[in-house]
Amino acid sequence: MGNYVGKSMKRVEDPRFIQGQGRYVANLKIYGMTHAAIKRSPYPHAKINSIDTAAAEALDGVIAVFTGKDLADSGVNPIPCGFTPPDIKLPPHHALAIDRVRHVGDGVAVVIAESAYIAYDALDLIEVDYEPLPAVVDAKAAAQPGAPQVHDEVPNNVSFTWAIGDEAAVNAALAACDHVVELDLINQRLIPNAMEPRAAAAQWDSAMEQMTVWTSSQNPHTIRLLLSAFTLGIPEHKLRVISPDVGGGFGSKIFHYAEEVIVPWAARKIGRPVKWVATRSESHMTDAHGRDHVTHCKLGMSQDGIFQALHIENYANMGAYLSLFAPMIPTALYHTLMAGLYKTPVIYGVTYGTMTNTTPVDAYRGAGRPEASYVLERLIDIASRDLNMDPIEMRRKNFIQPDEFPYQTPVALIYDSGNYDAVFDTAVEMADYSAMRAEQAAARAAGKLVGVGVSGCIEASGAGPSAAVVSLGAAIGLYESGAIRVHPTGKVTVLTGAHSHGQGHETSLAQIVGDELGIPISDIEVIHGDTERLPYGVGTYASRSMAVGGGALVMSAQKIRDKITRIAAHQLEAAVEDMVYDRTTGTVHVKGAPDKAKAFGEIAFAVTLANNLPAGMEPALEETSYFDPPNFTFPNSAHIAKVEVDKDSGEVTLLDYVAVDDVGNIINPLLVEGQIVGGVAQGVGQALWEHGAYDAEGQLLSGTFMDYAMPRADGFPQIRVGRTVTPSPSNPLGVKGAGEMGTIAGTVTVVNAVMDALAPLGVRHLDMPLTAEKIKAAIAAANGGSN
Amino acid sequence: MKVSMTVNGKTYTRDVEPRMLLVHFLRDELGMTGTNIGCDTSQCGACTIHMNGMAVKSCTTLAVQADGATITTIEGLANGSELHPMQKAFWENHGLQCGYCTPGMIMAATKLVENNPNMTEAEIRHGLEGNICRCTGYENIVRSVKAAAAQMGGGD
Ligand code: FES
Ligand code: FES
Repeated sequence: MGNYVGKSMKRVEDPRFIQGQGRYVANLKIYGMTHAAIKRSPYPHAKINSIDTAAAEALDGVIAVFTGKDLADSGVNPIPCGFTPPDIKLPPHHALAIDRVRHVGDGVAVVIAESAYIAYDALDLIEVDYEPLPAVVDAKAAAQPGAPQVHDEVPNNVSFTWAIGDEAAVNAALAACDHVVELDLINQRLIPNAMEPRAAAAQWDSAMEQMTVWTSSQNPHTIRLLLSAFTLGIPEHKLRVISPDVGGGFGSKIFHYAEEVIVPWAARKIGRPVKWVATRSESHMTDAHGRDHVTHCKLGMSQDGIFQALHIENYANMGAYLSLFAPMIPTALYHTLMAGLYKTPVIYGVTYGTMTNTTPVDAYRGAGRPEASYVLERLIDIASRDLNMDPIEMRRKNFIQPDEFPYQTPVALIYDSGNYDAVFDTAVEMADYSAMRAEQAAARAAGKLVGVGVSGCIEASGAGPSAAVVSLGAAIGLYESGAIRVHPTGKVTVLTGAHSHGQGHETSLAQIVGDELGIPISDIEVIHGDTERLPYGVGTYASRSMAVGGGALVMSAQKIRDKITRIAAHQLEAAVEDMVYDRTTGTVHVKGAPDKAKAFGEIAFAVTLANNLPAGMEPALEETSYFDPPNFTFPNSAHIAKVEVDKDSGEVTLLDYVAVDDVGNIINPLLVEGQIVGGVAQGVGQALWEHGAYDAEGQLLSGTFMDYAMPRADGFPQIRVGRTVTPSPSNPLGVKGAGEMGTIAGTVTVVNAVMDALAPLGVRHLDMPLTAEKIKAAIAAANGGSN
Repeated sequence: MKVSMTVNGKTYTRDVEPRMLLVHFLRDELGMTGTNIGCDTSQCGACTIHMNGMAVKSCTTLAVQADGATITTIEGLANGSELHPMQKAFWENHGLQCGYCTPGMIMAATKLVENNPNMTEAEIRHGLEGNICRCTGYENIVRSVKAAAAQMGGGD
């Protein structure tokens, strides 16, 4: 047991945030800085006949106006897609549209002005002659014959078809089943809405031919690679990308966005720094959205509830362009999770990725895995009702057992560890499940609509083994880097390729290194988010920072300890094998002679003196490591929710929520709990309130916070969090991802609870969000329209 | 138009366009970027400050409306190096993750507690309805406000 790991330590990054000293991109002020604003299409689909920028250019304070043609003419390349399964049709994605706009918010021109106010004034002076075209919005409708075509390069709007499993075997198994649950469901579109709107700034140093880009990104190294190898072609060694403090991401800040191309291009063109900050309305129109699946699914089982076969047919809305990782989400991160916690022997799944006249869709917290859990756990919920079986009992009957790990699922993944009964035991106890059921029975008898919802979810997180993800179609490996630099005075700089945008890595990674080296965390600073200061890195998503980024730091710490040990042995004239590195005190001593010791700081200084080191040893105490994990990690959960539905208004009140998760070993329980609760809130948001809605013509109906229902403080009871721990064997720390389980489980748990409340009325399934209006209508319909 | 206001104890006078929002005045004219902007429809509360003793959304106030006002922003909440009890409580109870909603949340919560140091949990949750946080699920924010209320009990 170390001094820090496993302890709830308050965060070292907080003082700057609670005092208004966060370093967000929008706060940047650079000498000579100009401001960009982007003219966006009000049409979902239209031909651009002409763009007249003369009046805008004439406005006092406007420096320049550029269009998509200007960018293309100067050699700017389209934004690439970084996950390309075989036979994918890749339509071009220009940073500014050239001859056609394909969604509301598609950029057509950029104004650069002396102030943001002037830039916005100038937008109104740009005249775009549009010729509206018919639009398509729905993921499945897009693939039907006669649907409006979004891209000439993508016939029938189907960009890719991705399948896994033996369909004939699944169909045969389903035909032989005692009972088959069949369901059509929609996993509605969400708008991620990190509270910091996206922002980008750039400065071109013409003398050095050096470009610096600041961007609110979860992965500055990846953005540098894309800017260099694809969009702008600026040599990578002349390009620095900085993501300072980033105000939340949830996936939406992974991708290479148009503004990250436009802003540096313009900065170079006009020879002055440029900054662009999104308004919230722009975020709604242009941040990659999440989810948006239309799914038909079947689960077959025996009369006693043993699952036999699962069949999934899914249409995934890609939106107007293929965002960076978009095709990966409803494929490699979705169908591969369909085994859930269970031993279903045969599974088949297919996804059609379709183009529509909507904002591009990509990873949003959970990314594919919440959609998978939603399908599976809804099916099981309905099945348990059909077979009159307790939903927990049915799940337990099908669990993969603790002695069956590593477990090869029928959908590619090998689960590394777990004990699902233990997770459920804890949840059942925390929730007092039988009392909950008894209360529900009493409430029902009193004529109330009270429901209890259960789910058991799994996630493949901590991406990931590079060979596996690249073989599936990813264009980058998913290792992570971690460097430890010991200064002559014994202070330590830790550099990580992971990026913190709320997770608290400056604290948790310091805890890890503090314990690995036996030094106080006040002597450690964690640096992230600057390509110039760090070794090569990948970034933070898929709950990978502790598992992969933490793993790399453990490796570096090991190398530092080894070197310190060798130096101490040399100076104490002892054999290296006789040395003991005490990780609680940061001292090295000779076995059996604790007074023959060297402290961490002494060795650090001795390295600088460099006069008494083992022969041939380099005088440096600095190590960099790259960790590529052998497998994903597989966090899993048992969540239980209790809700009441108001009979008259249809309004849902969340009465109780218990979240028990096995996220492996825990570095900082305070931070993990924060991740789980925050995640649950986002999951509940999807279940009850949130919807990125378009009308049939492609207008975005939820364009602001007035029409997009964000979860608020009064929407929740206290969320109760518990845990079990089975360490992951896939990384040196034994951790599993903690960032996404809450969201993955939260959505389906609450939907199951509401459906349980409505079950006495014979309501089998309603699509999310479960708004009062929708439920009221369902109650009325169930009562024969008498309500 | 000339406006003059006292911000965090110091008086500033500037010539501004009549349409300039107070939040832009604070951020761009005075360089106090602690007050964040999270929306354009006055819904998220990220921009909350204190103006003449009340919690105000500075994105919905014109700089000229603040002429002559006394304003406190997140940068001026602490008493020198001594954090305000609300700031301390947010730190101790992990009431923030990305920190973006935090300045507005702390400024709003401070006034809530000053107005009623004995709020129930439901009252705290209701009182924070005008402030959106995407990260925390509010649990630890509520906990922070409770803890600060206990410290601030006598009012100030
Ligand atoms: S920025 Fe003022 S309420 Fe959102
Ligand atoms: S801490 Fe990120 S929005 Fe509240």
